Amino acid sequence: MDSLVARYSRPAYQDNEVFSEEEQRDLIETPSLSLKFAMPPVAHPSAWLRAATDDRSNPSCPIKIAHGTTTLAFRFQHGIIVATDSRATAGNWIASQTVKKVIEINSELLGTMAGGAADCQYWLAWLGMQCRLHELRHKRRISVAAASKILANLVYAYKGMGLSMGTMCAGVTKEEGPALYYIDSDGTRLAGDLFCVGSGQTFAYGVLDAEYRYDLTTEEALDLGSRSILAATHRDAYSGGFINLYHVKESGWVKHGFTDTNPVFWKTKLEKGEFSNVTSDFSED
Amino acid sequence: MRGPTILKATDDKTRQLNDHTLLAFSGEPGDTVQFAEYIQANSQLYSMRNESELSPSALAHFVRGELASSLRSRNPYSVNLLLGGVDPITNKPSLYWLDYLASLAKVPYAAHGYAQYYCLSLLDKHHNPNISLEEGLRLLKLCSDELKRRLPIDFKGLAVKAVTKDGIKAMPFDEDDKVVRDT
Repeated sequence: MDSLVARYSRPAYQDNEVFSEEEQRDLIETPSLSLKFAMPPVAHPSAWLRAATDDRSNPSCPIKIAHGTTTLAFRFQHGIIVATDSRATAGNWIASQTVKKVIEINSELLGTMAGGAADCQYWLAWLGMQCRLHELRHKRRISVAAASKILANLVYAYKGMGLSMGTMCAGVTKEEGPALYYIDSDGTRLAGDLFCVGSGQTFAYGVLDAEYRYDLTTEEALDLGSRSILAATHRDAYSGGFINLYHVKESGWVKHGFTDTNPVFWKTKLEKGEFSNVTSDFSED
Repeated sequence: MRGPTILKATDDKTRQLNDHTLLAFSGEPGDTVQFAEYIQANSQLYSMRNESELSPSALAHFVRGELASSLRSRNPYSVNLLLGGVDPITNKPSLYWLDYLASLAKVPYAAHGYAQYYCLSLLDKHHNPNISLEEGLRLLKLCSDELKRRLPIDFKGLAVKAVTKDGIKAMPFDEDDKVVRDT
């Protein structure tokens, strides 16, 4: 009976032999780096991990994971804008103000980091390795769709085991044009024009949605990206530090600075008259 | 809303305290209207006794006091409030933000609940104290569009009232257009 079930429950793609057996193995085989982690020696690893790390349900949990972020990316006529803040928090503690949340997977693919810092850093670096291996095997660059799916399949394999990441993959390829994908540790993978991820997402969405158009000029798009991050760093306690700004074009990505938010905030307030809730006049009542 | 059912889509969640002061409320069903009408009645009683009206600032501090003493009672009101008014003497408009813990803040713009997360960043960017009523309504449209686009619940629209030096009037606003853009 079991052999009968096994025969019919095999994935359908194995039946139509498009790939040679060796290629087939490359596609299915789980790379040695992944899936061989030691699990905590308890009955339910994920429940144990949750009890040890979830500081919302248990404020005195022994392990505080670095969380809290604002990241955004959007597609427009000249490519993709990727922008992030740079703050890492562990509970109420600001662990760092100079985190690089844009991860350069290779010279044309970018990934963003939200959720567990270690999870994102490790798995996006791993994704970089997979993309390079794909290049070597197939003698051409990997598509953004394929790269994002490698990551989505990986996190899905770990579903329920405590991974925490919300990431975006952005890249421009000949076949796809500008392509943007959202992947999170639930296993969700979505293609789209515009995503904001992290605790400051709503604030960034507010500013971004109001002025977003596909036919933005490059300068307008860069301004809108950094203004949206500024909005989030102003209102979200878990976001702040520096604005990390990238533009992805067909020729690869270009970095547009790692800019301290504080002078940008005061410049925006004093020159444009925005942020009228903040007073710079101490003689006021 | 009660459980999964909408009981009324066009409920007025404001009470007029006097000719030029309006109180908007949200929070625990039952508490909200009880508390707002208690404040309304006391404000009107003051107006009748003294043949003069309390200023928005005086009312805001009165409301805060009532909320603060209720907070330390056996069953406190859990009500979040926005109080907007124009001072009848100076003709200056003011807005007060109060939450159920009896915090009081004088602010240029405010929101309660999930709306804060979507609208405050917009208001940070687009508000300035000198805008006209029309510009104000345009800014409000920006906010309501964003709520329609991003709030997971079906957003049944807004009731808009304008508090001016000439009194309080309901404004026609955005009757039936839905903003859903594919992004």
